[in-house]
Amino acid sequence: MAKEVKLHIGVENDLEEIKVTIPDDSPKPWDGKDKLKFVGGKTPRLDGKEKVTGNAKYTFDMKLSGTLHAKFFRLPCPSAVVTKIDTSAAEKAPGVKGIVLVQETLPLTVRYADQELLAIAAETAHQVDEALKLVKVEYEKRPFVVDLAGAQKSDAPEVFQGKFERDKEVGQIEVDEDNAGQRRGNVRAPQDYTKGGTKEEIEQFIEKSEFSVSATYQTQVQTHSALETHGVVANWEGDHLTVWASTQGTFSVLGELAQVLKIPQTNVRVITDYMGGGFGAKFGAGPFGIAAAKLAKKTGRPVKLMFSRREEHVSGGNRPSSMQTLKIATNKSGKLEALSLVSRGSAGISTGAGTSAPAKGIYECPKIYTQDADVFTNAGPSKAFRAPGHPQGIFALEQSIDDLAYKIGMDPLEFRKINTMNHDVRQKEYQIGAEKFAWHKRNPKVNADKGPIKTGMGMANSVWYYFYGVGYQATIKVNGDGSVELLNGTQDIGTGSRTAMAVVAAEELGLKPHDIVVRIGDTKLGFGPPSGGSQTTAGITPAVRDAAYLAKNKMLEIAATHLNATAQELDIRDGVIFVTSDPTRKLSWKKVASKIPGGTFSVMGERKKDHIDIKGAPAVHFLGRNFYTIGGMQFAEVEVDTETGVIKVKRILAIHDCGRPINRLTLQSQLNGGIIQGVSYALFEQRVIDRNHGLQVNPNLEQYKIAGSMDIPEIETIVLDTNRGNSSTGAQGIGEPATAPVAAAIANAVYHAIGVRIRDLPMTPAKVLEALHS
Amino acid sequence: MEEKKNLSQKEISRRSFLKGAGIASVGAVIATTASVDIKADTKNDSDVIGKNGISCEFDVNGKKYAQKVPPRTTLAELLREDLNLTGTKVVCDRGACGACTVIVDGKSVCSCMTLAIDSAGKKIETIEGLANGDELHPLQEAFVNHDALQCGFCTPGMVMSCKNLLDHNAQPTLPEVRKAVSGNLCRCGTYPHVFKAVMDVSGKKGE
Ligand code: FES
Ligand code: FES
Repeated sequence: MAKEVKLHIGVENDLEEIKVTIPDDSPKPWDGKDKLKFVGGKTPRLDGKEKVTGNAKYTFDMKLSGTLHAKFFRLPCPSAVVTKIDTSAAEKAPGVKGIVLVQETLPLTVRYADQELLAIAAETAHQVDEALKLVKVEYEKRPFVVDLAGAQKSDAPEVFQGKFERDKEVGQIEVDEDNAGQRRGNVRAPQDYTKGGTKEEIEQFIEKSEFSVSATYQTQVQTHSALETHGVVANWEGDHLTVWASTQGTFSVLGELAQVLKIPQTNVRVITDYMGGGFGAKFGAGPFGIAAAKLAKKTGRPVKLMFSRREEHVSGGNRPSSMQTLKIATNKSGKLEALSLVSRGSAGISTGAGTSAPAKGIYECPKIYTQDADVFTNAGPSKAFRAPGHPQGIFALEQSIDDLAYKIGMDPLEFRKINTMNHDVRQKEYQIGAEKFAWHKRNPKVNADKGPIKTGMGMANSVWYYFYGVGYQATIKVNGDGSVELLNGTQDIGTGSRTAMAVVAAEELGLKPHDIVVRIGDTKLGFGPPSGGSQTTAGITPAVRDAAYLAKNKMLEIAATHLNATAQELDIRDGVIFVTSDPTRKLSWKKVASKIPGGTFSVMGERKKDHIDIKGAPAVHFLGRNFYTIGGMQFAEVEVDTETGVIKVKRILAIHDCGRPINRLTLQSQLNGGIIQGVSYALFEQRVIDRNHGLQVNPNLEQYKIAGSMDIPEIETIVLDTNRGNSSTGAQGIGEPATAPVAAAIANAVYHAIGVRIRDLPMTPAKVLEALHS
Repeated sequence: MEEKKNLSQKEISRRSFLKGAGIASVGAVIATTASVDIKADTKNDSDVIGKNGISCEFDVNGKKYAQKVPPRTTLAELLREDLNLTGTKVVCDRGACGACTVIVDGKSVCSCMTLAIDSAGKKIETIEGLANGDELHPLQEAFVNHDALQCGFCTPGMVMSCKNLLDHNAQPTLPEVRKAVSGNLCRCGTYPHVFKAVMDVSGKKGE
C-alpha cells in the first residue's frame, strides 16, 4: 500500500528530481516547484487577538472557584542536613488548609540554597506568606562550593556524598549513564570522543603543528527567566486529576504526574491553553506540580502553585556554566587538521553541561578529540536551555576558528568555507551572507579605526539537528456547516504552532488559515510533540497535512456524486470544489459539507517516519545518535567604546535553514527572539552566587540584566527555501539554531574592532577594559 | 581590627536605614488614606490598620467598582484578584519589568508598585479597556498584524506602554518608541516587531 511519486528537491532553485515511495494515506510531499498559497507566506497568529486584548488565559490567570494558594518553604542554606521540620504552628495559622513535605523521611539533604522542603496551601497568598514564617527547621550546616573552578579542587566539599541522586525531572540533558564509581570528587566521569587518533596522538599533533591556537574560554550561568514562572493549578475530581500547567510539554507533564503519583495515565489530563515562555525549562511536572497535586488531594480543593520570580531564578532552571580549553591546528593552506577540546561545566546539582557537539559537528576535521565532564556545585539544577551546550561550545569554537584564520592570514569567512565543503546549505549561506553584509568591504586589519570608538565585523557558524518524533495524531473534524476543527494535544510555547498547523491544514483543504479552528494544549486531544529540540513544527505539521489530505479526499468523494464526476477529477481551491477539466462545474465547500452523510466526520493523520533520509548535509553524532545537521550562520557588526568598555551591537544578519518555512511571519519573530536572547547572553546575563554565603545575589529582574528595547540591534534575517521531500511538509526547526552563534559572532566582531579577544562571557565593559589594558 | 569594626557599623547603619525606609513607606500609606476612617478597623494598637479592608471606589475602563481593600493590596492584585481582570500580568512584582503596566489618570504606572487605595477615584485604564467590543484598537491590530507578540505574556504591558506613548505623542520617532518601552521586558524578544507596529499606527514606517 504505497505509491511512487516524482519530486523536485534541493536548496532554493538548485533542484533535482527524485522518486519517493510514500504511503497511500499520505499526500505527495510539497515539491520544490510548487507554488503554495499560505505555506511560506505571512499569516498573523490565530490567537493574536486573545493575546492583545488580555483575554488569553494563562495558568497564572486560572481561577477555579475555591482555589487554594500554595507556596514552597525553601531553606536559604546551600548545603545542610535537615533533621527536624516542625509545622505545628504553621498548620494553625489563619487560612492554612494543608501542608505537604517534599520528602517524608528525615534526615533530608539540602544541596543548594533555597531548595524546597515543603509546601503550604491556604485560602489566600498573603496567608501562605504568614504561615511560611512559622515553619521551624532544625538543620546542620555543611561545607559547600558554588564555583566551577573551586568545585574541581581535590579538597572541595563534595556536593554528592556517595551516589548521585538523579533528578528525575524531564528536560534535563542526560548524555550518559551515571558512573558513580568513576566520579572524582565533584567531577563526573568524563565523556571522551575521538576520531582519527587517540587523545595523545591528537594532542601531540597539535603541539607540533606550525599553525595552531590554544585558549581557554569561560561562559556564565544564564537563567531562562520566562516571564510566566513555572507553576500549575491542580484539581481532582474523584480519582481523576486535571492540571493546568505552564508547560512546553503537556504529555511529559502528564507522564511524570502519573508516574510519581502512581495513578494510570488515563486519569490525568494536562491543559495548556496559553503559556508565557519556556525556552527549555518547562517540560516536567516538577516538584511544584507534584506538591500541588498532593495538596489538592489532601484538601479536596483546587490548588494553585506558581513560582515567584526569585524561585524562578534559583530553582527554575538555567544554562550551565563552562570552562573550555580548545586547541586547533591547520595546515598552511587553511585546511583544518586537528582539534582538541576539554570542557568542564556545572549544571549545579544536575547534569547536562557538555559543550562539545559544535566541535564535532560543524567542520570537516580529520582528527578530533573532545572530553566533556559535568562538575557538581551547590547551585540550582539546570534545565535544557535553547540549544543546550551550543552557545557555550560555539563561543569557544568560533573564536578559535577566527583566531586561526587571522593567524594564517586568511579571511575568516573563506577559512570557514573551505572547511565545510560538504554542506550544501552552508556553502550557499556564506555566499548570500557575504554579499548582504558587504563582508568584503570590511577592513581586513583589526583595530583599524582611529578614534576611541571602534567598529568591527565578525561572523560565526551555527549548528543544530533535525529532530522529530513519530506517532503524533492530528484530528480534523468537518462539520455540516462547513466549519473545520483541528485537534491535537501539543501546546503553543509562543512560536505560533497553533497558526502553523492552521496554515498547513488550510493549504491542503483549499481554505484560509483563519477558517480553521485549532484546538490544542489539552492532552485529551491526541498525542502531540513537546516544544523542544526545535521539533514541534517538524513533528506535528506532517500529521496535520495527512489529516487534511484524508479530509479533502472525503470531501471530494462527497462532491463527486453531486457533480457527476469521480473524486480524482476534482480539486479544491479558495473554498470551492470543482471539476479540474471544467471549473464551471463546481460546488462550494459549505454546500458539500451540508451533504456529509451523518452531518459531520473526523479523520486522523499520524506522524510517520520520514519517507526518505535527508540528503545533502553530513550527519553528526549527538546525544548518542546520528542527526542531519542544519546549517546556519550569523554576521555581527559592533561598536566598542575603548574608553568605557561598552560594546554596542549595531546589526546582526542571520541566515538560516529550517527546511520548508511554514509561516514566515512567526518564523521571523522566533529568529528575532533567538538573536536577542543571544545578544543578552553575550553582553549582560549572569547568575551571580555569593561564594561566601552560597546565595544568588541577583534573583530578580533588575540585577539579573536582560537585553531590553535600547539594546536591540538592527536585525536582518534570511531563511532559505529548502525542500528535502523527507516528510509531507518538509518542515524542520529554527528556535535553537537562531540563538546558538550570536555570542560568538559578536565576540569575533569585537576582536576585529579592538584587536583583543574577550574569552569570558558576559562581555562586560569591565572585561573589555581589562583586556584592552593587559 | 579597626577596619572590621567600621565595616560592621556600616552594616548596622545600612540595616537600620532599610528599616527606617520601611517605616517611611508605611507612613506614606497612612497619609494618603487620611480621609478614610481607619479607626473603625482598629481595636487596639497591635491591630493591623485596615485589616478588614477600606471601602473605596474604583473607575476601571469607565466602569465603577465599589470594593473593600486591605491597604497593602496593590493595584495589580486588585485588578487580577478582586476584579478578575487578569489581562494585566505580574512578573517581577517590584517595578523591574513593566508587565503590569496600566494607565492611571493619563500616566503609565507599574500596577505592582501602586497601592490600590492610591488609585481609588482615579481613571484606571487596563488592557481589557482598549478594544471596542469586538473591534480592536488600531494599536492592538498593528500588534497582531506585525506579530509584535510571541508567548504574549509581556504583551498587555507592552501595549499599554505604547498606548500611553501615542496618547501623548501621536507621531513618535523610533528612538521615542524604544524609550517608551524601555521599562517593558520581553523575554521572547519581540521588540523589533513592537517598533514596527507602533510606527505603523503612527503613520511612520520606521526610520
Ligand atoms: S510586575 Fe510590575 S513591574 Fe514587573
Ligand atoms: S512575547 Fe513572550 S515575553 Fe514578550
